[in-house]
Amino acid sequence: MTDAVLPRVDQGAPTARPGRRFSWSWLGLVPFFAFAGAFLIIPTFYLVNGSFHTEDGAFTLQNYADLADPTIIGAFQASIEISAVTAIIGGIFGFLLAYAVIRGGLPSILGAALMTFSGVASNFAGVPLALAFTFTLGVSGLITILLQPLGIDLARGDFSIYSKIGLEICYLYFQFPLMVLIMAPAIQGLKAEWREASENMGASTFQYWRHIALPILTPTLLGTMILLFGNAFGAQATAYTLTGELNIVTLLLTRQINGDVLNNVNLGYAVGMGMVAVMGVTILAYIWLQNRAARWQR
Amino acid sequence: MAFLTLTSIQKLFPGGVAAVADFNLDVARGEFVSFLGPSGCGKTTTLRMIAGFEKPTSGTITVNGKDITYTSPNQRNVGMVFQSYALFPNMTVAGNIGFGLKVRKRPKAEIAKKVDELIELMHLQGRADRYPWQMSGGQQQRVALARALAIEPQVLLLDEPLSALDAKIRIVLRKEIRSIQRQLGITTVYVTHDQEEALSLSDRVVVMNEGHIEQIGVPSEIYNFPTTAFVASFVGTLNLVSAGVIDAAAGRVSVAGQEIRTNRAISSAASGDIVTLALRPEGIALGDGPDGSNRIHGTIDDINFLGSIVRIRLHLNDGAGGKAPTTIALDTFNEPHLMVPTVGADVAVSFPREACFVLGASRDSGVASEDVGAKV
Amino acid sequence: MTRLAWWIVFIIGALYFLVPLLATFIFSLGQPIGPKAAPPSFEFYGEVLTSPLFWKSLGYSFVIGIVTIIVSISLLMPTAYWVRLRVPRARPFVEFITLLPFVIPPIILVFGLIQTFSQNFVPLTHTDFGSNVLLVAAYTVLSFPYMYRAIDTGLQATDVRSLTEAAQSLGAGWFRILVFVILPNLRVAVLSGAFLTLAIVIGEFTIASFLARPAFGPYLYLLGSNRAYEPAAVTIISFGLTWLAMIMIAFIGRGGRARVAVNRVH
Repeated sequence: MTDAVLPRVDQGAPTARPGRRFSWSWLGLVPFFAFAGAFLIIPTFYLVNGSFHTEDGAFTLQNYADLADPTIIGAFQASIEISAVTAIIGGIFGFLLAYAVIRGGLPSILGAALMTFSGVASNFAGVPLALAFTFTLGVSGLITILLQPLGIDLARGDFSIYSKIGLEICYLYFQFPLMVLIMAPAIQGLKAEWREASENMGASTFQYWRHIALPILTPTLLGTMILLFGNAFGAQATAYTLTGELNIVTLLLTRQINGDVLNNVNLGYAVGMGMVAVMGVTILAYIWLQNRAARWQR
Repeated sequence: MAFLTLTSIQKLFPGGVAAVADFNLDVARGEFVSFLGPSGCGKTTTLRMIAGFEKPTSGTITVNGKDITYTSPNQRNVGMVFQSYALFPNMTVAGNIGFGLKVRKRPKAEIAKKVDELIELMHLQGRADRYPWQMSGGQQQRVALARALAIEPQVLLLDEPLSALDAKIRIVLRKEIRSIQRQLGITTVYVTHDQEEALSLSDRVVVMNEGHIEQIGVPSEIYNFPTTAFVASFVGTLNLVSAGVIDAAAGRVSVAGQEIRTNRAISSAASGDIVTLALRPEGIALGDGPDGSNRIHGTIDDINFLGSIVRIRLHLNDGAGGKAPTTIALDTFNEPHLMVPTVGADVAVSFPREACFVLGASRDSGVASEDVGAKV
Repeated sequence: MTRLAWWIVFIIGALYFLVPLLATFIFSLGQPIGPKAAPPSFEFYGEVLTSPLFWKSLGYSFVIGIVTIIVSISLLMPTAYWVRLRVPRARPFVEFITLLPFVIPPIILVFGLIQTFSQNFVPLTHTDFGSNVLLVAAYTVLSFPYMYRAIDTGLQATDVRSLTEAAQSLGAGWFRILVFVILPNLRVAVLSGAFLTLAIVIGEFTIASFLARPAFGPYLYLLGSNRAYEPAAVTIISFGLTWLAMIMIAFIGRGGRARVAVNRVH
């Protein structure tokens, strides 16, 4: 805060003193900062602080060293894998879906339907979503039953909805819509004239995509996929309902909060911090890519 | 032999609305033709049909003898400059200009050479590595033009390229466009709603209205001898007054009870008919004028000083029975000793026979302009 | 030819989205297909809709949702207004805080809340009322990203400074200005945010279950563990309620730009 000049926004206010560095106007923000402090900052800080201490209260980095425990590493690996897989598949197919209804020559009512449905589907996640998929692919699920006469027995075979792959299939139900909702404006932002200008220059459809459309869309595409990654990484309710047994970070933390399975509360905090770190990197990457995309919108 | 020909071009939109109807045009090689008209008159639609972004409902388009009516746009080799520039935001100036050649898989050295040439030509030195969003509107339009020229197109199409720019830049750029076009000898079609642009740039002007051609002609024809009321009112600031025909063969009509002689026989009407008489403001003068001039009397409504010109508006004394009186405007030079009458004064104004003429009905443009051409 | 390809893409997407819904609906009618088929019946809907627990948990979540909306708007609207009008330099700080919930997912948040507030200092977790307070607080925090942004965008579209000055010159105090001058101009933003919050709160599970609250999410989870067909009925009902909320948002926002209403709580 090294501005030499206070912005001239305090006119008319009885307590304002233009020219001073400290303005009493900041007091108006106290409720917000107090609320955020009490219910967001301090709880987070509690975990941060706890992760650097032992149960007896001594400062230590041991908890972070203990993250190398195979179970914990396994959980992070599984979470990252699931998040990456659903981000990539969700990203690619979600993009194709959005493009299909916006520029693919389909009737425009399908586009409106997809957008509305995507709004609903992205909020449908959690317990209901997991239940819906058990009704579909579970032991007595609709598809399971329909496939049995064909000799494909999902209940007894290698496939189970209660596995990592099952969870990925489930997660796509909110990953696709998120991708569609965010990419739709970006696709609409591809001006028709750029396509026309490229055709005018003699470019084929492939060349248009390769040299113009994809380069323009890539920051948004990548950024949204990264958002999808973070989305899946932080998801808990769906996984918990589908199968509480899977070893992923959110479920590990669930078991930890419920019963200290790690036998070390502070280690639990460190796991939480690990999660925050992953999310933090994700968000930073997303913001950076958004800025790059914004450059071309002028 | 025309280089670009449009024959009986028609474009119907769903619902039966005819965006363009019965469009016929021959453009010679190297000619600069403008499509001029108000919004919605079909000029841009026609241009886009030449470019291939719209398909005509019927009719043919040929370039250099080859029928391109149904060729896809990326195979026509016509260069288009868009109103909003349409520069590729992810490429530099050099990238944009060279794109057409890159698509044609020309060697890198050749592309670089061409790009440099065009950067020189369009005065974009030093900006080769800039991105579109780093440049002003005028610069972007120059890049757009360079990009279209890089592919050495058979025909150059410009869709209101200057309408998004400041007045000053517009004037500078339009001169540049014309001089480059002349230099390179490219057949050019230019769409605009600005009559000053069309008249100052073109070899010929096609005036359009509601999908039809109103008149085709060289700029001076369009301005001085409009053949329809639309052209007359759209181009320039003609006065249009109702006149009764007294003697069609002698070209005499009556305006507000006063006899007016024109220079030509009236072919499109007979004695007793009502026609439209066009009067150029710059042809009318205050006072009685020399012998043989037409004279009419009126009352001054208002006087506007427009810098070097004074525009005087007056109404003729034919406002009887609740009908609104006919008003005409005359322009006169703002000389220091000009005796300007006061508002409300009765004055006589005069104009020579050559300064007025009777308009034909709309859309017999083909016949009328050839008549005029022959006489002049 | 390519249009066919896009149609195929769309159909695959449509199947993927619709089949689970269809399966759930079929289950909600009993089990009308397969080896153990029973005739379809709406009895399970009847069971659910006459179950006191269903109404209690739905009602609880609904009330919590309303309270969250009120707290969130009361907190964020004056804040956004103040930042815009008086303390623009605070904007980066405020925006940073409103974006924190992206980095701190619900499970971490509730983890921290439980640890912090189960201490004897402020033992909110020890009482029902205290836990309810925590729930509302957590949901309010979760609403920061989209609520703040919606309100801020709404403020940007209105000329806040002129309206404030006009109101002040007419003698209005801050409360009156906020409630009667500014808030009505934010109707669309606030209502959209409100419906989104409601949809999110009613569907939320993680925080509610860790705080042991009798909310709709934990209710559905419980039902799913114990019953076979009633959960399907409730899932369909829940889906219907979400649809309703989205339709309300679309209805409110008609004529304006489409907003991306996204849930991050799962």
